[in-house]
Amino acid sequence: MVQKILAGDIRSIARAITLAENEDYQAVELLRYLYPHTGRSYLVGITGPPGAGKSTLVDRMIAYYRKLGLKVAIIGIDPSSTFTGGALLGDRVRMQAHATDSGVFIRSMGSRGHLGGLAVATADSAKILDAAGYDIIIFETVGIGQSEIEVASQVDTTVLVTVPGLGDDIQVLKAGTMEIADIFVVNKADRDGVEKSVMAIEQLLSTWDMTEDDFIPPILKVTAKDNIGIGELAQAIEHHKKYLHDSGRFEIRRRNRAVTEVRTLILNQLDKWAHDKMTKDITTRDNIEEVYLKLIDPHTVAREALRELELETMWDKWGQGADGGG
Amino acid sequence: MSNIKTRILIAKPGLDGHDRGAKFIARALRDAGFEVIYTGLRQTPEAIASAAIQEDVQWVGLSCLSGAHNSLFPKVVEILKQRKAEDIKVFGGGVIPSDDIPGLKEAGIKEIFTPGATSKSVIDYINSN
Repeated sequence: MVQKILAGDIRSIARAITLAENEDYQAVELLRYLYPHTGRSYLVGITGPPGAGKSTLVDRMIAYYRKLGLKVAIIGIDPSSTFTGGALLGDRVRMQAHATDSGVFIRSMGSRGHLGGLAVATADSAKILDAAGYDIIIFETVGIGQSEIEVASQVDTTVLVTVPGLGDDIQVLKAGTMEIADIFVVNKADRDGVEKSVMAIEQLLSTWDMTEDDFIPPILKVTAKDNIGIGELAQAIEHHKKYLHDSGRFEIRRRNRAVTEVRTLILNQLDKWAHDKMTKDITTRDNIEEVYLKLIDPHTVAREALRELELETMWDKWGQGADGGG
Repeated sequence: MSNIKTRILIAKPGLDGHDRGAKFIARALRDAGFEVIYTGLRQTPEAIASAAIQEDVQWVGLSCLSGAHNSLFPKVVEILKQRKAEDIKVFGGGVIPSDDIPGLKEAGIKEIFTPGATSKSVIDYINSN
């Protein structure tokens, strides 16, 4: 399978991504072999509220990059239902014009509600596509939950897309989301309220503490459906890429990514351990029942459950007694 | 906390422009816990097969209300076979006369759901195959 992926075989790439999404042990082996072949692709994240026209924008970006002869991969991420576990993945609809272009790979992913799981699935699929020779990998996410933050930590350039008329735009965008943006796009710029949106973003940027060395995010006016502003966006991404390399930030970010990845994998396993402990360990389950009945406090129960791991916990540091008192 | 999902592609081949039924099934399948990739209207069999392979789906559901099912549905199966992806199972729905069903099944379509079929019947079928 490794050789097929390196040769760009679509089925093998798709299968490998499935293994990574399913957290299959085969994926770990595969990634170990593919890892030395990665590092060539440039990763771009496109995020923003629903209705901002991200998929149409990405569709036009694909066309632009294809004209330059570049191979493009897209991963469109939509939220999974926390109740049913299912997902309706519709990003592909707007990009289907490229479905038979062998230089384009489009994959839809559900967020699958796993702690940090999205960051891992994203990182792993990026590596697979990188090793398979895609020059640009675009991740499209909706600004719901934590997906855009998780994805932003995995890409080189993050583009935040908004549209005029979302009410007071900036209020709509959550704190933390704005800060991840390297480039702002006001899409559907043919609508009323464009200048207001641009000004709102400018106002926000003016409140940021930026030094001369920092990259000042440009604000672009784009009308994706009419193919206006796409070239400017690609140039802005190129500009940001150059900044990252010239300033050394590129290497810093990739180093941080390595940290985030390992941390996420560790937390992932711990989360699984905790879940199993709380659902399958009778003592812990009984203790949780006592918390509910107000017979015992949650700190004491948590501390007890963690004993098995022999970690030095905060309670140990505080020197509290086993009964939680003091 | 199994993370493995069954993935299903819902597509409308040909020129048929009515997608309410397809969207209805897509939503019902999502509510049943599947990951549903919806490709939209006016898809060529080639585009559908390409999408199915990239998305690594287990199932492709084709919807056609315009009567072109006899040529379009088997074409999808054929292209999947050519691209060595014949393990991806295809089912269909829409305005399909019962007389056409045996021919379609012979061409490799696993099941046909005629108008009036409930979403539950589709879900149950997928779950048991």
